[in-house]
Amino acid sequence: MTATPGATPTIVLVGHGMVGQRFLEALAERGLTATHRVVVLCEEPRPAYDRVALTSYFSGRTPEELSMTDMEFIDTHGIELYVGDPAETIDREARKVTARSGQVFEYDTLVLATGSYPFVPPVPNKDAEGCFVYRTIEDLLAIEEYAKAKATVGAVVGGGLLGLEAAGALKGLGLTSHIVEFAPRLMPVQVDDGGGAALLRTIEDMGLTVHTGVGTQEILTDASGTVTGMKLSDGSELAADMVVFSAGVRPRDQLARDCGLTVGERGGITVDEQCRTVSDPRVFAIGECALASDGRVYGLVAPGYEQAETAAATIAEDETEELTFTGADLSTKLKLLGVDVASFGDAHGTAEDCLDVVYSDSRSGLYKKLVIGRDGTLLGGILVGDAEAYGTLRAFTGSVPPVSPESLVLPAGTGAPDRLGPTALPDDAIICSCNNVRKGTIREAVTEHRCTTVPEVKKCTKAGTTCGSCVKVLGQLVTAELEASGVEVDKGLCGCFSQTREELYEIVLALRINTYQQLLDRYGREGARGGDGCEICKPTVGSIIASLAPTIGASGYVLEGEQAALQDSNDHFLANLQKNGSYSVVPRIPGGEITPEGLIVIGEIARDFGLYTKITGGQRIDMFGARVEQLPLIWTRLVDAGFESGHAYGKSLRTVKSCVGQTWCRYGVQDSVRMAIDLELRYRGLRSPHKLKSAVSGCARECAEAQSKDFGIIATAGGWNLYVGGNGGATPRHADLLAQDLSDGELIRLIDRFLMFYIRTADRLERTSTWLERIPGGLDHVRDVVVEDSLGICEELESLMAAHVANYADEWATTINDPEKLARFVSFVNAPDTPDPVVGFVPERDQIKPDLPLLSIGMRPTENPADVLEGSAQR
Amino acid sequence: MTLALETTDLKIQLQLGDDWFTVCDLTRLTPGRGVAALLPDGRQAALFRDRNGELYAIDNRDPFGGAAVLSRGLTGTHQGRPFVASPLLKQRFDLETGQCLDDEAVRVATYEVRAR
Ligand code: SRM
Ligand SMILES: Cc1cc2nc3c(=O)[nH]c(=O)nc-3n(C[C@H](O)[C@H](O)[C@H](O)COP(=O)(O)OP(=O)(O)OC[C@H]3O[C@@H](n4cnc5c(N)ncnc54)[C@H](O)[C@@H]3O)c2cc1C
Ligand code: SF4
Ligand code: FES
Repeated sequence: MTATPGATPTIVLVGHGMVGQRFLEALAERGLTATHRVVVLCEEPRPAYDRVALTSYFSGRTPEELSMTDMEFIDTHGIELYVGDPAETIDREARKVTARSGQVFEYDTLVLATGSYPFVPPVPNKDAEGCFVYRTIEDLLAIEEYAKAKATVGAVVGGGLLGLEAAGALKGLGLTSHIVEFAPRLMPVQVDDGGGAALLRTIEDMGLTVHTGVGTQEILTDASGTVTGMKLSDGSELAADMVVFSAGVRPRDQLARDCGLTVGERGGITVDEQCRTVSDPRVFAIGECALASDGRVYGLVAPGYEQAETAAATIAEDETEELTFTGADLSTKLKLLGVDVASFGDAHGTAEDCLDVVYSDSRSGLYKKLVIGRDGTLLGGILVGDAEAYGTLRAFTGSVPPVSPESLVLPAGTGAPDRLGPTALPDDAIICSCNNVRKGTIREAVTEHRCTTVPEVKKCTKAGTTCGSCVKVLGQLVTAELEASGVEVDKGLCGCFSQTREELYEIVLALRINTYQQLLDRYGREGARGGDGCEICKPTVGSIIASLAPTIGASGYVLEGEQAALQDSNDHFLANLQKNGSYSVVPRIPGGEITPEGLIVIGEIARDFGLYTKITGGQRIDMFGARVEQLPLIWTRLVDAGFESGHAYGKSLRTVKSCVGQTWCRYGVQDSVRMAIDLELRYRGLRSPHKLKSAVSGCARECAEAQSKDFGIIATAGGWNLYVGGNGGATPRHADLLAQDLSDGELIRLIDRFLMFYIRTADRLERTSTWLERIPGGLDHVRDVVVEDSLGICEELESLMAAHVANYADEWATTINDPEKLARFVSFVNAPDTPDPVVGFVPERDQIKPDLPLLSIGMRPTENPADVLEGSAQR
Repeated sequence: MTLALETTDLKIQLQLGDDWFTVCDLTRLTPGRGVAALLPDGRQAALFRDRNGELYAIDNRDPFGGAAVLSRGLTGTHQGRPFVASPLLKQRFDLETGQCLDDEAVRVATYEVRAR
């Protein structure tokens, strides 16, 4: 079949990868899709997707989520996209491309964006079963399947950027992983020896084995031709069940060679500054298959995007926009296996007379190097272990930064490093290097295009839409710009309240407002008054009312009256919702201390109700898989045995972990268990902006990990040291020492004040760690307030806490004694004895787990629903 | 949707085909919270009542996670329209139309509901 071009000129794009897709967008932006027929030949079985984020498939991103192609975009612009149909031959004389399906397309302009293929060194048995490459979604699916079915040890050939990603992926699949790198260090292209050493240590600490300075000589196989390992150039053998080659990429230029286009000596289709091939003015090449006019083939997406824009602008022949591509920056920032690695500008210091500023701390795997010119110009750098400053440093590259370079590499807390804000940057500094967006463009998005949020700016400028490493700086710029242009940055809690959480707390406390409705109707935003509020302010105000309950005259029971409607779903059922609609049950086990009888009761209950049990990270026991109607029955038995709610569902005190301490441990200097129990019982049930965790260690060996807690206590010979603001979770932070050698009484008084001050001034969902970093004056200010009483509020803070402690009652005990509240614990209001049929379980390791297929196959009807219903049908 | 008067013996009814199916007493609904009802064909509906007494009914199934839990979400008003936020991953659904406010492509079924 031959598609005959009509009067409209035709553009044929070969390759629908990341750069191909960007080229299509660039055509559409310039109106070329309206004036041209656009045909796309896509080899892979799916349209363009985010190859840069490929590895995130292993952390749960689905191929659909990786997609970069909006079918609506393709349709609206009338683009003909042929998926799974690669171009096979090009006839330049007749200006025809033939696809594998046999379709022939005549073109006026041909654009090649065929990308690269993974280079596999020509070692014996390189194609054996168990050998893979790492480039496409299909490659990853194959690796995953093989790893799960047949492999326990994996080896990656190549310790560059992709090799490390592949090794991390194998490790994530549960394999023991090895990396074999020919060069003497990891990531030889991006980092220098110092950076490579820091990287090596950190990667080995993660349990990966690295072999540098050795090459792969042969893949070893068994009789059936399946991989069993590899032979290395130093004569040794490495056993492995699978091998992933990641030894670099080569431009896919075969199609171009076959039709006589000029290619470089080491591959790549030779193009000029307009991305036009030097052999044929009607043919362009962009992305990884192109050999740019500066003699380089770029293996990164940002230069490819620039080439796509250049080619589109050239095809548009618009005199006002003459783009050229003459070379690009090779800056990269990666989060490899959780280690930050970045290199930018002249990272290896090749410029004449340049000087290095290096900070290296091998103990914590930190290495930072800046390359500075004679006149103080920042030329480039390498950051390993902490790439926080990457966004700003990259943008300053090529200029003289306003502060000394030394201060830019020293870690926070040593000396007084000047933190460079992005506001100090010049307008032409590149903020997003993936998309080549300058600071000025971002400012204009705010000032001229009226964007007021980061998502709007991303949409408007494309900044931050690729690797995401610039989003933090982007956010800071947007806020700064909004503030500068006099736009009130709305700091309100949500669409219903213009006040912050702190301001609402003050209003509630000062005016003794004890219902949400009163607060909304009197202090809500104009349009929100009289309404139903929202999912943000209701639980926030519910929490404020609960933490001040005795003082403002509200009920201390979170399910009382209106308060029941405010609570988050978990608090409303006093349990944690699981993915299939069942709940978990966590009784409080203060300090982690439990009697054998207590253990037996929990065991019996779990057995009788068929619950999955697990020891939590918080020194207690979690029982999973309770149906909503079983919760009261389970809790009746737990309360009878003396257990109380563990508030695992609440933004409130979770656990106070303890170590065994002085009583048993030969090192202990105080009774850490007793102190942990006392603290847990004192602060149980205290609602706060976020959850509160604590721990008490019996000596400086710190077995209870107190320094990772919101308030952590470490015993000393002279009493207790109190640490505050620690956090585990996604952004761990070590706690800061607030006071030393406290007596029992001093310790408790100080914690009372600290917690109440936090509850009073923190934002919604702000842990003590982020709060401490945000509030002006930080730790020093908090110390002034709670130790020195600089604001004169300590007495009030203490009495608020005293009221909470005196007023505490176990909410599960209250609930099981209240028939009206119990009536809510049913799956169906009209069939109270019928369990939710979607909640099902299947066995695993002698216990249960949720039956997930049940969630996806659609609702399974109960045997005969009409029989169990209390309601009736009527006309 | 009907404005429900505050009387104790009112029943909540859902329209199923031509029939009105009686679910429960109106008093079982706390303003601002929901309950789930089992329907004769095995489907589940989530019923809500807002502060002004308006009633709403949508399918109970969270289309993202699959669990039947929308009745347990928090409700609110967004630009004057009532919504419920799923307790699983917090996507919001318009209570009048079933439209997901965080994903244009997703919508859940709605039911006519009245109190009498
Ligand atoms: C059960 C448990 C995991 C386990 O099997 O061990 C657990 C399970 C959950 N954690 Fe956790 N965390 C558990 C210990 C921890 C720990 C370790 C610890 O406490 O020593 C941490 C890190 C320490 C910390 O918080 O600083 C931890 C950091 C988180 C975070 C991240 C918090 C952060 O500040 O970054 C979340 C998410 C959140 O709260 O927003 C979270 C949230 C959750 C939730 C509530 C998620 C949810 O909403 O469904 C999980 C539900 C529990 C359930 O259904 O019962 N969990 N979680 C642990 C319960 C401890 C307990 O007895 O209460
Ligand atoms: C795991 C991984 C991580 C990466 N991480 C980064 C990163 O952090 N930062 C960064 O800048 N870059 C990164 N890259 C590189 C980046 O993905 C590439 O630079 C980018 O995809 C190049 O785009 P392209 O369109 O030129 O090539 P591709 O995205 O490879 O697209 C080319 C397409 O053309 C198709 N094709 C080839 N021949 C034909 C034909 N004859 N007919 C039809 N179709 C054909 C191919 O099948 C392919 O789909 C990474 C790459 C990988 C694999
Ligand atoms: S922290 Fe000290 S007292 Fe506690 S268990 Fe560890 S070594 Fe013993
Ligand atoms: S630098 Fe990669 S998205 Fe901005």
